[in-house]
Amino acid sequence: MPTFPRGELMSEVSARAVEHHAPPQSFVRKHVFSLDHKVIGKQYYALALVAVLIGMALSWLMRIHLVWPNAPIPGLQLLSKTGAPGGVMTPEYYLSLLTMHGTLMVFFVLTNAPFAAFGNYFLPIQIGAEDMAFPRFNMMSFWITFLAFSILVAAFFVPDGPPISGWTSYAPLSAVGSDAGPGEGLGQTLWGLSIFVFCIASLLGSLNFIATTLDLRTKGMTLARMPICTWAWFITSCIALLAFAVLLPACLLLILDRVAGTSFFIPAGLVVSDRLQPHSGGSPLLWQHLFWFFGHPEVYIAILPAMGIISHILINSMRRPLLSHRVIIYCMMGIGFLSYMVWGHHMFVSGMNPFSSLLFSFPTLMITIPATIMTLIWLGSLYGSRLRITAASLFALGFISMFVSGGVSGFFLAQPSIDIYLHATYFVVGHFHMVMGVAAIFGVFAGTYFWFPKMTGRMMSDSLGKLHFWLTFVGTYSIFMPFHYLGLAGNVRRYSAFVDDFLVPLIPVHRFITFAALLTGAAQLIFFYNLIHSRFRGEPAPPNPWECTSLEWTMPSPPPFDNFGGNHPVVYHDPYQYGVKSSTGDYLMQDSPEQAGA
Amino acid sequence: MGKVFAVILVVIALASAVPIITHTWYGSRISLSPPENISTHGHAIDEQLSETMIEAGLLFLAAQLLLAFFVWTFADPKDDTEIKTFPGGARAMVITALVLVGTEILALGVFGQKAWANVYFRPAAPDALEIQAQAGQFAFYFRYPGVDGKFGQLHPDKIDEGNSNFFGLDPANDVESRDDIVAGELAIPVQREIHLLMHAKDVGHSFYVRELRIQQDFVPGLDLSVHFTATKVGKYEIVCTQLCGLGHYNMKAYLNVMSQDDFEGWMKQKVSEQ
Repeated sequence: MPTFPRGELMSEVSARAVEHHAPPQSFVRKHVFSLDHKVIGKQYYALALVAVLIGMALSWLMRIHLVWPNAPIPGLQLLSKTGAPGGVMTPEYYLSLLTMHGTLMVFFVLTNAPFAAFGNYFLPIQIGAEDMAFPRFNMMSFWITFLAFSILVAAFFVPDGPPISGWTSYAPLSAVGSDAGPGEGLGQTLWGLSIFVFCIASLLGSLNFIATTLDLRTKGMTLARMPICTWAWFITSCIALLAFAVLLPACLLLILDRVAGTSFFIPAGLVVSDRLQPHSGGSPLLWQHLFWFFGHPEVYIAILPAMGIISHILINSMRRPLLSHRVIIYCMMGIGFLSYMVWGHHMFVSGMNPFSSLLFSFPTLMITIPATIMTLIWLGSLYGSRLRITAASLFALGFISMFVSGGVSGFFLAQPSIDIYLHATYFVVGHFHMVMGVAAIFGVFAGTYFWFPKMTGRMMSDSLGKLHFWLTFVGTYSIFMPFHYLGLAGNVRRYSAFVDDFLVPLIPVHRFITFAALLTGAAQLIFFYNLIHSRFRGEPAPPNPWECTSLEWTMPSPPPFDNFGGNHPVVYHDPYQYGVKSSTGDYLMQDSPEQAGA
Repeated sequence: MGKVFAVILVVIALASAVPIITHTWYGSRISLSPPENISTHGHAIDEQLSETMIEAGLLFLAAQLLLAFFVWTFADPKDDTEIKTFPGGARAMVITALVLVGTEILALGVFGQKAWANVYFRPAAPDALEIQAQAGQFAFYFRYPGVDGKFGQLHPDKIDEGNSNFFGLDPANDVESRDDIVAGELAIPVQREIHLLMHAKDVGHSFYVRELRIQQDFVPGLDLSVHFTATKVGKYEIVCTQLCGLGHYNMKAYLNVMSQDDFEGWMKQKVSEQ
């Protein structure tokens, strides 16, 4: 493992960071426009919670509409009179909810929670830094993300309705404006603007993560001694830097097509709603290439931090290091690298050159190699371990199960010939919900149960956490496994109702899924109760309740403003000294000068 | 508690496999498999699908059951349990993954390309029947070249749905377009190769016929085509699979596969209707 030399310059950067960063006194500087990475981390987490609540509510509304299309949903007309007259959803309103669900979940939940929230809070602490390299940029990242979120939510309330093009917003549907139907007016422009703004925030955030990891490591914290989750956040930042840098101009071009009369994504001769469109020379496939060049790495932006988090928690619960620390890190790097070569597998039937489909298929299949190695290392490390079952470790184990389930369906979709049949069916929806959605969310749940004591100074209820796990684990399988079966039967996705002869017989399966979704969603109330109740009434947390080795557990819970009380910790060990004999028990803290006995 | 996890996981893994093995939804007659294939190229895709299902299914079961077994065995240990290391360590894992997945990738990737090549690398036969399909919000229309065997030019500015000029033909000035036949269903003869020329009128759409094992996007501004040969007479649904707006769910047409005689009769009738 290469080590990054710590020269004079870096110490100066650290010194400046401390100097610029005196404890704030006012409420606004402390809790709103805070420069403290820990507050910013919590702000990201809170924003993700709000987004996930909205996103989940939208999925409930969609599931209810799919199986009872004509049943009025009480109160829905209050959200949109035109979208749900009398509480009955129109087809276009269904598509609006679908678009908003996907956008909220992918950007504001799956990117924010495992990466921005936990990364902000714990990356600096785990490498022994007082804060991020650029605290002001950090504050800006969050508030720009908040602006992006506000713009997106505003799209709910524009006169011709929220956007309906899906989270992928394929042109020309998303580009030609309100001729293409309701929701393609201001709502779609706001969508583009929101994602444009989100990209700026993510770029600032990733730069900050990278600079912090490279420059602010404390004495003895070589790259090889960084915990796996720190590695995951670091690799994810590198991926995000390149991915959002492509989505940013793509969104700009889309907005220009919509408001400035350009034709980046719109070819000549389109007749939309009986009107010949005044555009020429653009290419709809250009949008798809740009979008998926971001879109596929985005999957790994969601899942890599979760992999890091669950590895960290699993090691702690197993009381032993993984079979190999390095192999896991190399695998994550390999996944990050390959993630840029596979975007075309979203476009097998798009009309791009069929030879390129084969070229995209191969690295897509290749990516299963590092993924399999990681899975086998997690499994192999369980062998002979002393596994402690907690809510956190259950979610970490659940992650592995979900990752495998969502991963094997990737074998199908990576093959262009099979994709001809399964493309745009519920098989795809099942695949990405399991591997990117549920698995990453399990990582967030695991991280929450694990780090809550550190972040708040109070313990969460572990028995409520376990109950939450059992219901969520069974529930999510009940929702998303049947999606695959529906896909095999050819059930097309993004339909607001199933009117085709071959789809009508499948409705009972959808009914089962809707019940499962409602129950699983209800089970999340246990989590929210636990979160809020424990925040105020939980048992006071000791500094290191899980007997963990990394630096965040060397400080009081919650950590003081400057993390290490003005001291620079010195790191003596690899991150995971478990299963050893020491004065503390079966583990050795990273900053303990003691040498472990065998 | 670890044992509870193991039991639940085993139940989930086995229950997940049931509909795959029985091809139906638990205890019902709801079919959950692809419908019977009616194209000459489709069997290769089906074989590829079943092969992948076996390999991916075995990997799925093996991994879930192993996870359950290890958690069952090693969770909640007694105080004096020693930590053991899996024989072979990380090296064994890397080699297993390389061999297991590497072989699978080679098998699926290399041999699987044939199925794709059947559809996309072979051009349509010169004597294939050319039909143009147009997708627009929210209907498909199909155009046959008529007795002259030639399609008339498309003029987007002449599109007039009220007047049934769905394609924007200009029969007043364009001789070739005068005998073009436009239909709302895709009528084709059985056992004859069809070369479908795809044209999008407004936004992106897709042409999906499950039984044909064909799915191809319509991309505005891009002239794409697919070719296939249907092997079984019957009526099948054509649906749109690319999100195209509020009526997306309802955008459909029928593929009507007829005997050669019936097709000729259908064509004659269409000509006489003109």
